[in-house]
Amino acid sequence: MLAFIIRRVMQSAAVMLTVAFVAFGLFNFVGDPVASMLGQDATPDDRARLRADLGLDDPFYKQFASFVGNAVKGEFGLSLRQGRKVSTLLKERMPATLELSFTAAILALVLGIPMGVYTALRRNSWFSQVLLTISLVGVSLPTFLIGIYLILIFAVLLGWLPSFGRGDVTALGWWTTGYLTQSGLKAIILPSITLSLFVMTLVMRLVRSEMLEVLRTDYIKFARARGLTDRSVHFGHALMNTLVPVITIVGLQLGGIIAFAIITETVFQWPGMGLLFIQAVQFADIPVMAAYLCLIALIFVIINLIVDLLYYAVDPRLRIDRATTGH
Amino acid sequence: MASVRILGRFQDAWDSDVAHSFRNSPITIVAAIALAICLIAAGFAPWLAPHNPFDLKTLNLLDALTPPAWIQGGKAMFPLGTDDQGRDLLSAIMFGSRVSLVVGLVSVFFAMLIGVSLGLLAGYAGGKTEAFIMRVADVQLSFPAILIALLISGVARAAFPGEAQDQLAIVVLVIAISLANWVQYARTVRGSTLVEKNKEYVQAARVIGIHPVAIMFKHVLPNALGPVLVLATINIATAIITEATLSFLGVGVPPTEPSLGTLIRVGNDFMFSGEWWVTVFPGSALVVMVLSVNLLGDWLRDALNPKLR
Repeated sequence: MLAFIIRRVMQSAAVMLTVAFVAFGLFNFVGDPVASMLGQDATPDDRARLRADLGLDDPFYKQFASFVGNAVKGEFGLSLRQGRKVSTLLKERMPATLELSFTAAILALVLGIPMGVYTALRRNSWFSQVLLTISLVGVSLPTFLIGIYLILIFAVLLGWLPSFGRGDVTALGWWTTGYLTQSGLKAIILPSITLSLFVMTLVMRLVRSEMLEVLRTDYIKFARARGLTDRSVHFGHALMNTLVPVITIVGLQLGGIIAFAIITETVFQWPGMGLLFIQAVQFADIPVMAAYLCLIALIFVIINLIVDLLYYAVDPRLRIDRATTGH
Repeated sequence: MASVRILGRFQDAWDSDVAHSFRNSPITIVAAIALAICLIAAGFAPWLAPHNPFDLKTLNLLDALTPPAWIQGGKAMFPLGTDDQGRDLLSAIMFGSRVSLVVGLVSVFFAMLIGVSLGLLAGYAGGKTEAFIMRVADVQLSFPAILIALLISGVARAAFPGEAQDQLAIVVLVIAISLANWVQYARTVRGSTLVEKNKEYVQAARVIGIHPVAIMFKHVLPNALGPVLVLATINIATAIITEATLSFLGVGVPPTEPSLGTLIRVGNDFMFSGEWWVTVFPGSALVVMVLSVNLLGDWLRDALNPKLR
């Protein structure tokens, strides 16, 4: 177990170093940081002094080491466009993105699992067919288009819900939340539906196919032979056994949700990290791009690590596998 | 005699399993027809479109934001209405689908080219080459393709000055989407290559001294290509969506030569003032295109999978 954990942590560290290297490359090979910091009237002396101050004359490995050192402390320098510290910018925007992603993930699970169970148990009913068809459309439609259509229907035509922004937020220390005000709750409805739709259909299809598979197995037949009620067979035995892969996939998708929030945030002008990143891409604001990249990578790596470790803890077969292959 | 033989061959094709499953799936037939209409409208846009949306001389700002023909205030010469510059939407959509389809197809082709080559190399060479390529693939696979594509186009934006950006936009877009999607192909091809390379025909080819590159491309590749082609069909839809998304986010095709995504982005601003058609029609065109490609891809995957027969 310990060896496995150490190996996985080492792998994650390697991934993070690779990403840091890419981010470092962005800084060094795209544009000249000295030129962008000093402007056009600087003398060559000024430039040379700033180069030395910034450590740009140091050998490559030394620069990379200091970059990684700063990155670990969360320092990515100043945003080229806004002139403020990148870490402050990200910290301000983070609550919005995390609240949106969290709401979307919960929505996907709460609606996706029952829909999957229903379509598996009542395979041939017309409602199952409708759900499956809708799910195919949900997978095919681009996220931004779903958002636009939702805005058109619920904000422009019906006027029920706001079409942009976060509504009123309450500050809890440095964290701002939209959960506590009415306008905040109203504002999160459309973006979270937009963001969750893809994962929701994924969860539904996954639960459905896993349920269909499990319902064919011998222990389900045996449970029925023992005279257990349908309810206990379906939910106590079948559903419980489908949940492990579902949790894995949803866990892995969580990072995807945070990344896909970029699109949803742009459509709804949601003041999160994704919107910040898109603006950074449009204006070639390298420090913000690099910092966002590292942060997202960190979230991904941590999620992957947790899912792997959970899987290892939950599924005993994995352990036997490792033991026999000698790792 | 010849006509009989051709007829016979047609009869064979008609009776084959694939054709049979096609005939028995009404949804697939509808999807094929819809896709054919999209392809013809896009491919022959310069000849079929009622107006040339890029000819500035024919544009009249007085026609700007004309509603669709069946709504009060609409004009028969603009069946789907016009955008803010007085461009006929139907023509703009036809030309836009052209850009979307070309970017989608070309980037799938390049992604396949990169992925298949690296996959073959990894599977055939093994050792450190394989470990390196597959590690890179693993790292990349843990990030969504859209994020990678965004990053590449962001870097390109920083590297090129403003003027060149618009000219290179489509090239950058194709490169970004290809580089974001090669991993799946590489993994698939590597898997089949690992199986194929130990078979007798490959060993025989090696024994008679054929160059490894020739063995890889002439002998191993044809046997590993089936799943790749199915993957490519499904990925065309993904590539079109990625292109539209990037253009919508404002880092894709510039408004001077709009793709469907750019049209939707432009139209999005007018939705709140009631001019819904500027964004809804390009959006619907995108949905029809993507949905029909997806349905055809799903059908192809099932039809070619002997397990499901």
